[in-house]
Amino acid sequence: MTKSSATSAGAWTPRIVAFFCNWCTYTAADLAGVSRLKYASNVRVIRLMCSGRVDPQFVLDALTRGADGVLIGGCHPGDCHYVEGNYKMLRRFQLLKRLLRDMGVEEDRVRLEWISAAEGDKVKAVINEMTEQLLRLGPLGLPQQFEEWDKEITRLEQEVGSPGNGATCACAAKLQAPTQASRKEVAHV
Amino acid sequence: MTDMQTTKENIRIGFYVCHCGHNIAAMVDCPDVAKYVKGLPNVVLSRDYKYMCSDPGQELIQKDIREYKLNRVVVASCSPLLHEHTFRGATEAGGLNPYFFHMVNIREHNSWVHTDRAEATAKAKALAHAAIDRVAFHKALETKTVKINPDVLVVGGGIAGIHAAMTLANAGKKVYLVEREPSIGGHMAKFDKTFPTLDCAACILTPKMSEVGAHPNITLWSYSEIARVDGYVGNYKVQVKRKPRYISEERCIGCQDCITHCVFKEPKFEDVFNEGLGKRKPVYIPFPQATPQIVLIDPNVCLNFKRAKGPDGTPIVSDKCKKTCVEACGDKNAIDFTQKEEIKEIDVGTIIVATGFQSFDAKRVPAYGYGTHKNVYTALEIERLVNASGPTGGEVILREGKNADGSPKHPKSIGIIHCVGSRDKKTHIWCSRVCCMYSMKLAHLLKEHTGAEIYNFYIDIRAPGKGYEEFYNKLLDEGVHFIRGRVGEVTDWTMTPEEEGKLVIRVEDTLAGYVRRIPVDMVVLATGLEPQADAQDVRRLFNMSCGTEGFFLERHPKLAPVNTFTDGIFIAGACQGPRDIPDTVAQAGAAAAEALVLIDKGFIEQEPNTAYILDEDCSGCKSCIPLCPYSAILYDENRKKAFINEALCKGCGTCVGACPSGSIVQNLFEDDEIFSEIQGVLATVPA
Repeated sequence: MTKSSATSAGAWTPRIVAFFCNWCTYTAADLAGVSRLKYASNVRVIRLMCSGRVDPQFVLDALTRGADGVLIGGCHPGDCHYVEGNYKMLRRFQLLKRLLRDMGVEEDRVRLEWISAAEGDKVKAVINEMTEQLLRLGPLGLPQQFEEWDKEITRLEQEVGSPGNGATCACAAKLQAPTQASRKEVAHV
Repeated sequence: MTDMQTTKENIRIGFYVCHCGHNIAAMVDCPDVAKYVKGLPNVVLSRDYKYMCSDPGQELIQKDIREYKLNRVVVASCSPLLHEHTFRGATEAGGLNPYFFHMVNIREHNSWVHTDRAEATAKAKALAHAAIDRVAFHKALETKTVKINPDVLVVGGGIAGIHAAMTLANAGKKVYLVEREPSIGGHMAKFDKTFPTLDCAACILTPKMSEVGAHPNITLWSYSEIARVDGYVGNYKVQVKRKPRYISEERCIGCQDCITHCVFKEPKFEDVFNEGLGKRKPVYIPFPQATPQIVLIDPNVCLNFKRAKGPDGTPIVSDKCKKTCVEACGDKNAIDFTQKEEIKEIDVGTIIVATGFQSFDAKRVPAYGYGTHKNVYTALEIERLVNASGPTGGEVILREGKNADGSPKHPKSIGIIHCVGSRDKKTHIWCSRVCCMYSMKLAHLLKEHTGAEIYNFYIDIRAPGKGYEEFYNKLLDEGVHFIRGRVGEVTDWTMTPEEEGKLVIRVEDTLAGYVRRIPVDMVVLATGLEPQADAQDVRRLFNMSCGTEGFFLERHPKLAPVNTFTDGIFIAGACQGPRDIPDTVAQAGAAAAEALVLIDKGFIEQEPNTAYILDEDCSGCKSCIPLCPYSAILYDENRKKAFINEALCKGCGTCVGACPSGSIVQNLFEDDEIFSEIQGVLATVPA
């Protein structure tokens, strides 16, 4: 499948992958629809039963495949349909943020929001706000960056001579297209 | 169900994009989406159709499954919360396992919320692409069935709870009715008459209350609260806190001799049931028709308990009182000063929450002078005042002011202010629905009792109901005045001799077009309905949601108005939003019927989205075990592996997202399925 830049015809617009929990945020997004609220079309929602299901790998995977931002939506603290899945997500999110910062991904690109089933207007507000923030930040462009790095490594290899063991190259390739095996290697929270 | 043996190589997907009339087609180019999906891998067939959820739409899916040997189905239409069930059924009817179906939401999440047709079409394509990628990984799954315990818990003993409990009990089900107050009856028990028929509220309610008290299938626990709820649909474990009445419910016969013989000769403590307009003794029965007919003692004012507190603050038996009540009770021996709070545990299959509303606190609108001017009343106070069993025996007497001869004064003019705490950005924005009608009812009753001139100050008269508009017309004929305009203030600052000693209502008469001052003896505030103060706590207890205004949220405003997002828990009455008695009773009946559906079916099919552990990949690190809120993950000491008890797993997937070795799999939300969805939504879509 293609995983290219977000540019289609015309100006660049950000792409947001959203993970919404079934009980609160997904329902809130449904409510926004039923209420005919209007918001930016940049978001693509993936439904999960609970924000606790969000594996940090999902976020990393979305970013490496060309998303410019990731939005995670769960129930308000204390309101989780599964008692405390949202707290578990919050814990993972704190660590994930640190990891993303070290990777040079701006903080505003990955967001965790508590949105209850009644807050259709908050869905609208958050998505619009996030879209604006990402427009200011510009494309993340991780896939292109990986391509550049791969090219650079190939050039370096050619300069040095024989490819050697190619450890760096394998590392970049892994990030670019995580395999089932490599996903399991990354430490979970 | 035929579980087709499918491998990745022979996946045959049928894709359908629904126009939903104009709902989707107006914003999304459906034929273009179908054309795009046709070119995706594994797609055998791609169609657009006017209404997929219609019978012909569903038959189309079934026919295509057979004709084109499809083994996966994707429908892009409305929210899966609305029609996933429908299309899974169609997939199953076509001969496939229902879980080989996946749904794409392009209405609520797309056509209804976007304004650019090209963008919305591109988004629909991306979402469809994700579903096509995902559905290839779907597996055949079996639903598990859960048995339903036929016993029901009804929380709240107002008219909603009473009606729901009676309906279920008459159907032969065992019902626990739990009420926080000492008696059932709720707000309705306080009303004098009901609109528009002017039936006496007590006459229609109290027989129902006694029936509840006497019904062999109903266990009535008044003066009790829900402390804890565990379990899931069909199998709830509930702890009920029974507050001490200091009276044995088994031995009290309701003779009320203890009240007569209390050391307090006269009632001197605030009577909560009468909105503080009357007085009661420390040992009391809330009102004459209270159910159960059992007295109770208020330990905060009873002389025996006064200043006699144990080290933990709980009342203890003291010798500070002659205990004439105990003497009067005699060998019935019903008074028990040592009674303690008790926790009872019950098992029920379904729960109906009917916790009602509370009246808006009129002090929050200081301009209307409630609490400052004594002759400003709330509507509930007037209900008690005009009630024959109320504190004045139905005589409308002003709180302040006496006639020249010292006799109590009756009002000669009364102003009723509508929409207090309703339709106001400063307090509550919603219309409380019942205030126009009850204001007119009170206008009629007050006129009947006092012959006073009555002025109604309204924004709009809202009388939508059977016989309601007719009631309004009747009031006009009776000569009740209606002045359109929101009242600015109620003041005792007088300008003319006629206003002397009266309260002046200042209002802009928006029909006459000028500001008026209307002097009256009595002001009645038609306070709105708001959620109970502890609605948020109750909501958490039952794992429900609240709307923005704080009333409990129904599963669907139109199609599932008494269901909540938690299976087996239903809502009825004004806890879901302001409503009148007929609507409350109708809703209570509906909630009872919904509970009966589950009970009589005997079991419920549950989503198979539970998790399981791949034995060969589990390293036995135990990091998943503390994450599970249901203690569904266990550890096998011999094999050094974790395993999941499927019966306890609720399918949140929190353990799946946390397993360091990726050895936990959640059905319907497998890693492969979600990663392919991520890949799909980010696919480049041609413009």
